[in-house]
Amino acid sequence: MPASVKTGAFYLFIAAIVTFAVFPFYYAIITSFKTGTAIFDISYLPTSFGLENYLSVLKSGGKALTWDDVFHFNISGFPLNFVNSVIISTLVVCLALLIAVTASFALSRVRFRGRGLLMMTILSVSMFPQVAVLPGLFEIIRALGLFNKMPALIFSYTIFTLPFTVWVLTTFMRDLPVEIEEAAIVDGASPWTIITRIFLPLLWPALVTTGLLAFIAAWNEFLYALTFTLDNAHRTVPVAISQLTGASDHEIPWGPIMAASVIVTLPLIVLVLIFQRKIIAGLTAGGVKG
Amino acid sequence: MSEIELRNLRKSFGSVDVIKGVDMTIHHGEFMVFVGPSGCGKSTLLRLIAGLEDITSGDMLFDGKVVNKVTPKDRGIAMVFQSYALYPHMTVYENMAFGMQLSGNGKDAIDKRIHEASDMLQITPYLKRLPKQLSGGQRQRVAIGRAIVRDPKVFLFDEPLSNLDAALRVATRLEIARLHERMHETTMIYVTHDQVEAMTLADRICVLRDGLVEQIGTPLELYERPQSLFVAGFIGSPKMNFLDGKYAADYRATTIGVRAEHLEIGAPDKGWPGKVVHTENLGADSYVYADLGTAEPVIVRQNGTTRFDNGKAVGIIPTAALVHRFGPDGRPAAA
Repeated sequence: MPASVKTGAFYLFIAAIVTFAVFPFYYAIITSFKTGTAIFDISYLPTSFGLENYLSVLKSGGKALTWDDVFHFNISGFPLNFVNSVIISTLVVCLALLIAVTASFALSRVRFRGRGLLMMTILSVSMFPQVAVLPGLFEIIRALGLFNKMPALIFSYTIFTLPFTVWVLTTFMRDLPVEIEEAAIVDGASPWTIITRIFLPLLWPALVTTGLLAFIAAWNEFLYALTFTLDNAHRTVPVAISQLTGASDHEIPWGPIMAASVIVTLPLIVLVLIFQRKIIAGLTAGGVKG
Repeated sequence: MSEIELRNLRKSFGSVDVIKGVDMTIHHGEFMVFVGPSGCGKSTLLRLIAGLEDITSGDMLFDGKVVNKVTPKDRGIAMVFQSYALYPHMTVYENMAFGMQLSGNGKDAIDKRIHEASDMLQITPYLKRLPKQLSGGQRQRVAIGRAIVRDPKVFLFDEPLSNLDAALRVATRLEIARLHERMHETTMIYVTHDQVEAMTLADRICVLRDGLVEQIGTPLELYERPQSLFVAGFIGSPKMNFLDGKYAADYRATTIGVRAEHLEIGAPDKGWPGKVVHTENLGADSYVYADLGTAEPVIVRQNGTTRFDNGKAVGIIPTAALVHRFGPDGRPAAA
């Protein structure tokens, strides 16, 4: 086979994979700019451009959202769901990282009985399907009086993020040289000082990577968000999108749904772009010993 | 003031006994070197003194006070690690300042001490750099500087030269020796597997073997009066020649040991008959390997350069007064 055919086939293969991966997003974006019946015409190129879908999604309390409303936090509807999502996901990341960093310090650095068993338990817990834990978790949430409140979601997302974050950070922390920690002990550092002033700066790429993945998981979560909330004011964006209604009960408002999906994806893209370099460093740093 | 005393010190990791009862006194201002083959427990012993490992049983005393449960920072020690163990994300200055900051020293005090130490070690031009921008020798000097800044009563070195190349090792060895002269109030303990480092640096050497002290003494004591076959073989380069069987029987011993410089080469009918198998000429001196029909050839040191054809029959003549005699237990035989 001539080299040119080989190269051509290779690029064709790449093109197929890229199309497969990117097309759904592309289609969502062009659909979000279509209005009326244009939505139901199947076309693969942008045919019309209108912001009506975006404006309808961003309506707060039946009227268009203004900057004034934002500053006075006088918002409702989808913008409020968006704010809920930001608050919940951010708090989940902070809480999960705080617990995971301290836990992984113990798991990687302190010798204690049953450490291996604990690690395996953490790994196996993370394999449970969400729905298996749902009834039990629901009882706990109700007993704690958190039902239909934001802490319910923060609590349950943190629980589900922790096995993963603890596992990853423990692997990273294990690779940090013991001598550095011992040098800090000789210098008179307490475990907390070692974690915050020595380990955290060195674990920064790992923290960004796991933190971002935790954020994405919390941001996209649907099942708990649906189960543990009752009214629209407490919902997060995935549920809010699924509950968007059209003019009548039987109409599925594809346009606004697509617009909302695009809006919801934007923060993730921005975060990934900001931390891009760190993520790449983080994904490779743990794998190979320098 | 800091005199360190170990009393029947033991350390076990699980069921493995690493230190099996060590008694020792390290005097104030002394440079003590722990030397021994790998796995003899010398690093563990240093870490016990540092407080990085818990003592299983026995007592450790600093200036007469039991410090078994005292944390490293309260023992007044500083340690230089084999792998430097600098904080990779801090500059040289921050590395050196870290310990003093934690003990709550003022900025000016820290600054003054860091500049004293960095001038002494000639690392002042690198204070703003990160460890990864330094060479191995510079990193080790920074690690030593970080330890000096803490103004320790006891200075611990854990094989600090083993990551350096040969030329740098000699230079840094000299620097450590000079450091000891300048900080003569500070007790220094140095771990190495290299007997040359031990011989050149130590006031006293402690030879460890399998978790027990084999012999403690000045370098020359160990060289001239080894108290066991093990010490005799471990100290000195080239290795002491050991002979047994009829050679030892002539001296009423089970094994005899003769250093290479205490052997002479003569005519084949003198001394022990043998054949030259190899010659190493090092310029100032040379080593002749002669086969006496024993397990290993004996090594004879000659001044200047020599030339012997391989296979040449020679006689090896020991200086009788300098032959070390050992009994069946590996200890010096009674006269």
